Amino acid sequence: MKALLLRDLKLALRAGGGFGLGLAFFLIVTVLVPFSVGPQSELLARIAPGVLWLGALLACLLSLDRLLALDWEDGTLDLMATSPLPLEAVVTIKALAHWITTSLPLVLAAPVLGILLNLPTAGFQWLVVSLLLGTPALSVIGTFGAALTVGLKRGGLLLSLLVLPLYVPTLIFGAEAARRGADGMSVETPLLMLAGISAATLALLPFASAAVLRVNLR
Amino acid sequence: MKIAGLSIARGGAPVLEGVSFELTPGRALILRGPNGCGKTTLLRTIAGLQPPLAGTITGAEEDIAYAAHSDGIKLTLTVGENLTFWAEIFAAGSIEPALDAFDLRGLLDRPAGALSAGQKRRLGLARLLVTGRRYWILDEPTVSLDRASVQQFAGVVERHLADGGAALIATHIDLGLEGETLDVSQFKAKLPDLEEFDEAFL
Repeated sequence: MKALLLRDLKLALRAGGGFGLGLAFFLIVTVLVPFSVGPQSELLARIAPGVLWLGALLACLLSLDRLLALDWEDGTLDLMATSPLPLEAVVTIKALAHWITTSLPLVLAAPVLGILLNLPTAGFQWLVVSLLLGTPALSVIGTFGAALTVGLKRGGLLLSLLVLPLYVPTLIFGAEAARRGADGMSVETPLLMLAGISAATLALLPFASAAVLRVNLR
Repeated sequence: MKIAGLSIARGGAPVLEGVSFELTPGRALILRGPNGCGKTTLLRTIAGLQPPLAGTITGAEEDIAYAAHSDGIKLTLTVGENLTFWAEIFAAGSIEPALDAFDLRGLLDRPAGALSAGQKRRLGLARLLVTGRRYWILDEPTVSLDRASVQQFAGVVERHLADGGAALIATHIDLGLEGETLDVSQFKAKLPDLEEFDEAFL
């Protein structure tokens, strides 16, 4: 399992691995929002948590279609399915590698980009905390979507359509936690809900992902 | 490993039925048959990638190494990294014997993307040796290999058989291996009875 994680991290960092794609998208979105909304710092401060969460979510979505498709194309998935590693472990490690290479950089970049959007000072820590709690769910749900569409050529559109509704609860509670934090209100309830979503998807979805992957490998 | 009464389907349509044979350690079994007769589907079923319609495969659980048309090679990793990865996944120790067997030592630090088709194939076949598994299920293993490499590969299979392994190989060329040949086309599935086909609509 460690070998698979290290290999995926290495592949992401090598040329053409797609590392930084999500990060660049996140940067573009948050840099362009102030231009499109106009120079109203109160308005920007009000929408900042929501925009940052939405940007992070879409950046995460952008990298999903490579998650399993590359391993499918070169036959690695077939060989992995016949290896001693259970497919449940394979998809969990894949999700973890996706989280480390895509989501974690987004979490770390979010406070820097928050400055661009005039995020209130009180909001920074809760933005990071809510992203840290919520992005694992995004990666795990995304892996499930990637497993569903793995055999399809140009499955990216279908993948987005399948995954977006599943992302909605995470977005609602994540952005709500960040917004309440920025307004100086209590963040306990949305954070608990967010942690619950992450824990539940992490516990259940790998089994579903492995099951659909087995069907797709036939 | 024993295959009994195996029926398999591709895309919902049965292609082979009643396939039965036995693969004993030390023996190779060569599968033959025209294109599209179901050799690959049979091998995928035996490797556990798809369930059979009927029949049983016994005696080889978790002891099968499968090699198909695509080798599962990551082009941005080096030859050594690719091979080490599979050795770690199968927890089977050193990659040294595999490097020697397929003459890959000189290519160790070369990115797999810079290899020729035949060299990639050799890297893909070298993976079999790092799995440490007894039953090799090979689908057209000699595609894009030159004559010398085919000899080299046949030698590796022979050594594997001598060590108590077994191989099930679908191939069109003569590897010069000792072993039985099984013509798959004799098991071709019969078309469903068309007389009863539209009964429900009448």
